[in-house]
Amino acid sequence: MDAGDIGWWGVPIAIVGGAIRVSTPFLFVSLGETITERSGRINLGLEGTLVFGAMTAYAVTVVTLSPWLGVLAAMAAGTLFGLFHGWICKFPRVNDIAIGIALMLLGTGLAFFFGKPFIQPSAPDLPAISLGWWSDIPQVRAALQINVLFLIGAALALFLWWAFRTTRIGLVLRVVGDSSDAARAMGLNPDTVRLLATAAGGALAAIGGAYLTLYYPGSWNEGVSSGQGLMAVALVIFARWNPLGCFAAALLFGGAGALGPALQSVGVTQGYYLFYAAPYVLTLVVMILTSSPGRALAGAPGELTVAK
Amino acid sequence: MSAIGPSATGKAIAVETIGMTMRFGTFTALDDVSMKVSAGSFHALLGENGAGKSTLVKCMMGFNHPTEGALLVNNREVTVADPNDAAEHGLGMVYQHFTLVPSLTGAENLVISRRNVPRVIDWARERKALAAFMTTMPFDLPLDVPVRDLAAGEKQKLEIVKQLYLDRRFLVLDEPTSVLTPTEAHEVLGLVRQMTLAGDLTVLMISHKFHEVTAFADAFTVLRKGRFTGSGKVGEHDARSMAAMMIGDQPVATLASRTPLVADAPTVLAVRGLEASDRTGLKTIAIDHVEVHAGEIVGIAGISGNGQKEFTEVLGGQRARRAGDIRVKGKPYGATRRETQELAVRFIPEEPLRNACAPRMTVAENIAFRTFDLDAGGRRISWISVAAMKARAAELVAQFKVKAASLASPLQSLSGGNVQRAVLARELSGEVDLLIVANPCFGLDFSAVAEIRARLMTARNGGTAVLLISEDLDELLELSDRILVMSDGRIVHETPIATASVQTIGEYMAGHH
Repeated sequence: MDAGDIGWWGVPIAIVGGAIRVSTPFLFVSLGETITERSGRINLGLEGTLVFGAMTAYAVTVVTLSPWLGVLAAMAAGTLFGLFHGWICKFPRVNDIAIGIALMLLGTGLAFFFGKPFIQPSAPDLPAISLGWWSDIPQVRAALQINVLFLIGAALALFLWWAFRTTRIGLVLRVVGDSSDAARAMGLNPDTVRLLATAAGGALAAIGGAYLTLYYPGSWNEGVSSGQGLMAVALVIFARWNPLGCFAAALLFGGAGALGPALQSVGVTQGYYLFYAAPYVLTLVVMILTSSPGRALAGAPGELTVAK
Repeated sequence: MSAIGPSATGKAIAVETIGMTMRFGTFTALDDVSMKVSAGSFHALLGENGAGKSTLVKCMMGFNHPTEGALLVNNREVTVADPNDAAEHGLGMVYQHFTLVPSLTGAENLVISRRNVPRVIDWARERKALAAFMTTMPFDLPLDVPVRDLAAGEKQKLEIVKQLYLDRRFLVLDEPTSVLTPTEAHEVLGLVRQMTLAGDLTVLMISHKFHEVTAFADAFTVLRKGRFTGSGKVGEHDARSMAAMMIGDQPVATLASRTPLVADAPTVLAVRGLEASDRTGLKTIAIDHVEVHAGEIVGIAGISGNGQKEFTEVLGGQRARRAGDIRVKGKPYGATRRETQELAVRFIPEEPLRNACAPRMTVAENIAFRTFDLDAGGRRISWISVAAMKARAAELVAQFKVKAASLASPLQSLSGGNVQRAVLARELSGEVDLLIVANPCFGLDFSAVAEIRARLMTARNGGTAVLLISEDLDELLELSDRILVMSDGRIVHETPIATASVQTIGEYMAGHH
C-alpha cells in the first residue's frame, strides 16, 4: 500500500479504518457475552463458538455461494453451542467457567476437523458500503469501506441498550442475572432464561466468526481468530455490561489491533510487529485499571460467578 | 365462622388455617396447627427457631404442600399449589432477606414483578401510574434509584409497597425489622399498623421481639416444636406469658449482673486518626479517637451502612487502612496472626459463618482456627495433633452447648445459633484481653440471644475489653458501659450508659446533628 502523498496522516486514517474493520468480531462477541453475562452466567467458550462459526459460514458460503446463508448457518451453529453450554450449566455443581474452557477447545477442534477441505476454495465476501465517496483520498475511501455487519452490530448495540431498560425480556434478563431468588419469587425459571441468553450469546459470537472468514481477513484457515473471542469477555467487563460501552470498547480494541498494520503501511519497518500485540497489552491494562482490591466490581450482575 | 369484622368494606382479607400438618418423612415439622387471622388485624406469629413458623407460612404461601389441613381465605376453602396460586388469592409475603433486584430501580422492580408486563414498557405511562399509586401509600420512596442504593428501611418499605402494588391484601412479614434501626422499625410498623386499622390490609408478622408485638400487633399465635401452644389478644397477655408459651419450661440464661467499672482501668484498644475506604471506594470512614478500657463494653450504634462494617473489618484485619494508628495495650496492632496471639485479641465479625469460618470444614477444625498450630503452652508446633484438636473441640462444644451431629460435620450444617455458639467458643476461650464483636445476635432466637449476651457480660466482668458494634439498639443499651454513635463514617456522639437516651442516640444515628 502506498501512503506517500499523505505521509503520517495515513496512520490515524488507517487506525480509524482498521478500528471499523477489526472491531466487528469484537462487537458481536461482546454483545453476545453481554446478554449471557447479564443473565448471570459467563460463557468463556465463545472463542470456540467464534472459530466454529467462522468455519461454518465459510463452508456454507463455498457450497451455496451466498454469504448471508453462511451467516445464518453460523448463527445456527452458535445457537447450538450456546444451548449446549446452557444445558450443561443447569446441573448442580457445574462450573460455567470450566465448561466454557472445555467448549472453547471443543469448538476450535471441531472447526479445524471439519474445516480442512475448505482452506483452499474461495467464497464470495459479505457486501460493504462505500461511505467515502465525498473524498478524493484513496486511503479515506478505503477506511470508510464499511461492512454491513458493522452497521448491523452498531444498531444491535443501540437496540440492546434500549431493550435492557424498556422491554419485558430485557428486565427479566436483568432480574435473573442479579438475583436468582428474586427471579424464582417472581415465578421465573432462572435456568431457562440463562439457557436462552447463552444461546443468543452463542449466535451473536458466531456472527463475529462469520465476519472473519467472509470479509476481513476473508478466508478460512486455522489461524483465523487471534483470540477475539476471549478478549471480548474482558471487553464486556471493561464496558461494564453496557451494550453502548461494548461498541466503544470494540472500536478501541479494533483501533489497537489496526496499529501494527497502519505503522507498517507508512513504512515503519522495525518493531512494528510489537504493535501487533497492542490489543493484548490493552486487555491487560484494562483489566489492571478496572480492578481494585478493596472494591466490588460496580455494575456486575450479582449472580455472576466472578462477582460473588 | 365469626363475623368478618369491622373492615368488611376495606380490601383486607381474612385467612385461617385448619389442622395444618406437615411431615418430612418421619419428622413432623408442623402438627395440627389451626390459626385464625381476621381481616384487618395485625397478627403476630411467635416461636423459637425451628418452632415451625416458616413451615406454616410456607404451607400458606404454596411453597410447601401440607400433608393434611386446609386453608381458608375469607372463610372459603382454597387450594394453593404454588406461590402463584397464593398471589391469585391475594396472599403475599415479605421475606427476611430482600427479594428486590439490587441493580434495578424501584420503578423497574415494581413493574417487572407484575403478572402482565407488556412486551415493551411505556415508561412515561408507567411512571404516571406509579406516581398515582404512590399517593395512596403512606410511604414516601424514591423510585428512580437502583435498589442497592436504598437504605435498609427504604428497601423494607419498598418490599411492602411491592406487595400492595400487586394487590395482595394479606401480607406475611418475616421478621421485618431484623435489618432495621429502631427508628426505621417503628416507622415501618407504625405505617403498616395504620393500613390494617384502615381495613386495607391484614398482616401476619413473624417476630422474636416482644416489644414490637406488644406495641403494634393486636393478636398473636404461638408455636413450639411444631405445635400450637397458645393464642390470644395482645392486650390480655404480657411478654412474660407469651415467652412462657414460646419456650416452655426451659431455663433462659440471665444476664450476669454488671460489676462496677474499675476506675483508671488500663486502655486496651486505642484507635487514632483512622482512615479507610468503604466498599464502594467512593466514601471514606474516619475514626478520630476511640478507646476501650479493660473491663468495659463500648457499644457502637449506627444505621447499617454508615461505616461500622468497614471499621470492624479494619480492626479485624479484613480491610486495609489508609492512615491512622491502632494500638492494643500500647503496641501497634495490624491484626496479623502473631499480634492477635501475643496481645490476646479476638474477633467475631457479623455473619461469622461467612466472615470468620470455613463453612465446609468440620466443627472441630473451625473451633481450632486460633490454636491448631500452638501447644498447650502457646508455643508453635510443627506437627498438628488431630487428637488434641478434637479433644479440645469436644470440651468447648460441651462448655458452650453447641448442638452438632458430630465434631466431624461441616460447620455449615449447624443452625445459625449453633454456628454463633461455636464461634464464641473459639473466640472466648483462653485468655482474651480485647474482644471485637459485631452484631452477635443477628437472626438468632430468644434463648440463644440471652445466652450470648450473658457470655459477653461475663467476659467483661472478667476484665476483657469489649468493643460491640451492633445495629440493635436494645442490645447496646443492655450491654454497654459507653455508647458511641457512628454516622456517615464518623463517630458523632459519645455517652456513658447512665445518661444515654434512645431519643438522642436515634437523632445522631439519623445524622440530625
